Amino acid sequence: MTSADTDMAISSRDAAPPRPRWQVVLIRPETVTFLLLILAAIGASWLSPFFADIAYILESFTYYSEFAIVALVLTMVIISGEIDLSGASMMALSACLFGVTFQAGFPIPVAIVVSLVSGALMGAFNGILVIHMQLPSIIVTIGTLTLYRGLAQVIAGDRSIGKFPSWFIGLDYRLILDVPVPVIIFFVASPILALFLGTTALGRQIYQIGTSPIAARHAGIRVRQIKMGLFIAMGVASAIAGLMTASRLASVRYDLGTGGELQMVLIVMLGGTYIFGGRGTILGTFLAAWLLVIIATGMTVANIAINAQLTVLGLLLIFSIIATNAIYARTQR
Amino acid sequence: MLVLFAIVVGIIQPRFLSLDTLRIVMLAVPLIMVAAMGQMMVLVARHVDLSIGSVLGFSAIVAGMAFRDIPEMPWWLGFVIAISVGALLGLANGAVVTIFRLPSIIVTLGTLSLYRGVLFLISDARQVDPQYIPRPLIEMSQTSPLFGIPWIVIIALGIAFATYLFLDHTRIGRQIYAIGSNPSAAPLRGIRVVPVTLLVFTLSGALSGLAGVMYASRFGYVNPSITGVGFEFTVIAAVVIGGVSINGGVGTVLGTVLGVILLGAVSVALPILGVSAFWQDAIFGAVIIVALIIDRSVRQSGIKGANLGRPSVNAPSVSTPSAGIGA
Repeated sequence: MTSADTDMAISSRDAAPPRPRWQVVLIRPETVTFLLLILAAIGASWLSPFFADIAYILESFTYYSEFAIVALVLTMVIISGEIDLSGASMMALSACLFGVTFQAGFPIPVAIVVSLVSGALMGAFNGILVIHMQLPSIIVTIGTLTLYRGLAQVIAGDRSIGKFPSWFIGLDYRLILDVPVPVIIFFVASPILALFLGTTALGRQIYQIGTSPIAARHAGIRVRQIKMGLFIAMGVASAIAGLMTASRLASVRYDLGTGGELQMVLIVMLGGTYIFGGRGTILGTFLAAWLLVIIATGMTVANIAINAQLTVLGLLLIFSIIATNAIYARTQR
Repeated sequence: MLVLFAIVVGIIQPRFLSLDTLRIVMLAVPLIMVAAMGQMMVLVARHVDLSIGSVLGFSAIVAGMAFRDIPEMPWWLGFVIAISVGALLGLANGAVVTIFRLPSIIVTLGTLSLYRGVLFLISDARQVDPQYIPRPLIEMSQTSPLFGIPWIVIIALGIAFATYLFLDHTRIGRQIYAIGSNPSAAPLRGIRVVPVTLLVFTLSGALSGLAGVMYASRFGYVNPSITGVGFEFTVIAAVVIGGVSINGGVGTVLGTVLGVILLGAVSVALPILGVSAFWQDAIFGAVIIVALIIDRSVRQSGIKGANLGRPSVNAPSVSTPSAGIGA
């Protein structure tokens, strides 16, 4: 009894009173993303009547769906306290391997397997450098970003490889229930990954690793295996995205997905994932992907040149990490 | 580390010398050298600056537009403009990083794209053509005051020497090492971390600005979508291969200079040896990774690796950054 009393006394003296429940639920980065999404949608539809047309938005989303799908996996990598900047380069290299294999006379399914396996190997290579060599993932993946893109250039030269059979190309024109296939893939992948991250033991362990790797190891979590799995998943997701891009463009070139690392990181950061790990949700990334599509498409409709759009994307990235950091600093301390 | 790279350069160098490519190497490296000095200081302070390629392009375009639109402007004013523009952009990087306590890699990934976008807007996506670049500026890459060494090479070497003096013989220079080897201990030693970090980013920006005007001198034009694109990866490769640790606190000017020369020599040698230019990026990437692994195995005996810069694991630093200089 007395010890309970002192516990109460200590906790009431040291800890701040618990925040009202509505604040805990509402003041979080995903809310900001959601509000921004609504604002952007209103702004864009005011800008152009096309935005009232859901089919137009869905079609626009196909251009960004590849990066968005990789961003879903990147979210988990960042939650685990690491980062992978080489996603876009892995897309390029795996897609070029796909193209070269196909050109060498192998059937498409074999080429697809080659591309997926190469993605897994590239992810594993990142993982080995980060986990077994204990190098910081941020610099390692800058190195492999250059390396993978360079290898894509080596195997494909500067020509583009095409002439794929017609059943392979035009994934973005295939509709299921009026929704393009790339969007469907994103719609299916998001809840699966969200359930995995949010409800399975393995998913919760990813958060724990990101919050404190040392504590996670002492708690018996297999930190190295899980991180390795995440890096490999990142490679496979990039390979899938590379194949989707190859299908959409009906050709592959070494510069496929150039600059995609910025958009992937931007989507994850906009979704409110904490850059230092341990916090973030798939839902946030899901919302942020739509936000980015609406902003980017809005700028295109408003006749802003692609290169000038970089200004807005860069500003958004900086703004989103400042906002996320501020919100976590306010609600968690 | 240094000795190792000196040996590597020593093994590779004779072959290039016999191919009489020294002059081409000398012209290839000054831009990388100047920007590498800035990047090295940033890495020593345990940060990274990914925006230097865009800063280079930005400063070069502003200077180039000044040349074009104000023909009566003296050519040396181009240097002043480019360096000040670069310094401002670098200061902005540093301000966001220090005020909001954000990881520099994400901030500069953002400004990499932000600066490139703004530079498209102000330049109207138009190239500054060769006829607008002043003759004296272009001649700096061609004429030489002594021993046939072009001006821009002398500038680059001068900057390297100045960086050496600054890092090794001034109080602030030593403080940069102190911040990088242990960011949480530095303020306890009375080091004002924020101003020093701001200075480091400003210097990195200013040096990239200088590299921008040197680009105009070397290539004779400035193009918004070409100038400086991908430059950051080349520079980071050069700095990391020069033995600068990505965990901060370790790195010497001499090592960086050797790293730059090695990288320049490799890029010049590839076409001469009959290797396709397509290999260049792959080799740069491989070079970064190999240098990281070497750095790791060299340090393994000393410091226990602090992952992602978490300072708590990084016990009192045993690194003696200046030890290599005399060797």
